[in-house]
Amino acid sequence: MKAILGKKIGMSQVFDQQGELIPVTVIEAGPCTVVEKRTLEKDGYLAVQLGFGFVKERRVTKPLAGQFKKKGIAPVKYLREFPVGPDEKVEVGDQIKVDAFTAGDRVDVTGRSIGKGFQGVIKRHNFHRSFMGHGSKYHRGVGSLQSRDASRVFPGRKMPGHMGDEKVTIRGLRVVSVDPEKNLLLVHGAVPGPRGSLVMIREATR
Amino acid sequence: MDVLRLLEKSQMRTDLPEFGPGDRVKVYFKVVEGNRERLQAFDGVVIRRQGGGLRETFTVRRVSYGVGIERTFPVHSPRIDRIEVVRRGRVRRAKLFYLRGLSGKSARIADARR
Repeated sequence: MKAILGKKIGMSQVFDQQGELIPVTVIEAGPCTVVEKRTLEKDGYLAVQLGFGFVKERRVTKPLAGQFKKKGIAPVKYLREFPVGPDEKVEVGDQIKVDAFTAGDRVDVTGRSIGKGFQGVIKRHNFHRSFMGHGSKYHRGVGSLQSRDASRVFPGRKMPGHMGDEKVTIRGLRVVSVDPEKNLLLVHGAVPGPRGSLVMIREATR
Repeated sequence: MDVLRLLEKSQMRTDLPEFGPGDRVKVYFKVVEGNRERLQAFDGVVIRRQGGGLRETFTVRRVSYGVGIERTFPVHSPRIDRIEVVRRGRVRRAKLFYLRGLSGKSARIADARR
């Protein structure tokens, strides 16, 4: 099964065989435990729930702790579901490690982007700035919202507001190398989220 | 952070000589032409070392046919075959950009005292 949870460590660079520098994101991925299987009979859809990350036993809520105890699994910090095909042969309690991936694989990486807070329209929607001088007092504003004839603002108008801290998926990133010993996964390019945040990695869907 | 440092360290080169700004060096760089590889020497004065860890780079300046040429290499690039230090120069700053405005006699750098 080609899906795993990991922690974003940070970005770096590596030299490839040709001696070219390539930018990589280092992800500490797995080992993950299969905590639950969603079945067609019981849940109406197929998925596998993976658990990742160490957490102290007393930090786990009682309902969750009971679930872990029942299955004989050590408590985990994060639980995430991945959709799977009908002939996926994993069982509850199985371990998934980085060696599920090999260098050269294409993967989709999902994370929660860095929160930017309340941002204006220039940073948030790539608007242009207005004139800074010569008597202009309109520097970074939104500009016109609609035409006079419309007499209303159409839904979907790009305006200032909260930016970042949302689920972002980057598709088709190349796995540069895998270190099963240290549970490290090197992915070409950037990955959403701050350092230390949870990322979901799965085989590229297209 | 430590994981990153270890990862970068494993790629860093330890076989290169010590050199710094003001030194005259000869860099033997592997050039790929089609599917052939050959060595190209670039010889000049190091005018800066910049960055840290695996990202560190250095810039070599030479004047050929009256035109100043500067080339920047990553210190830890596997494409560098070897570096020869021809002379050690005595300089008083880390970045020798002032050399760009000088030519002839005034662009010389005194040898470092041993």
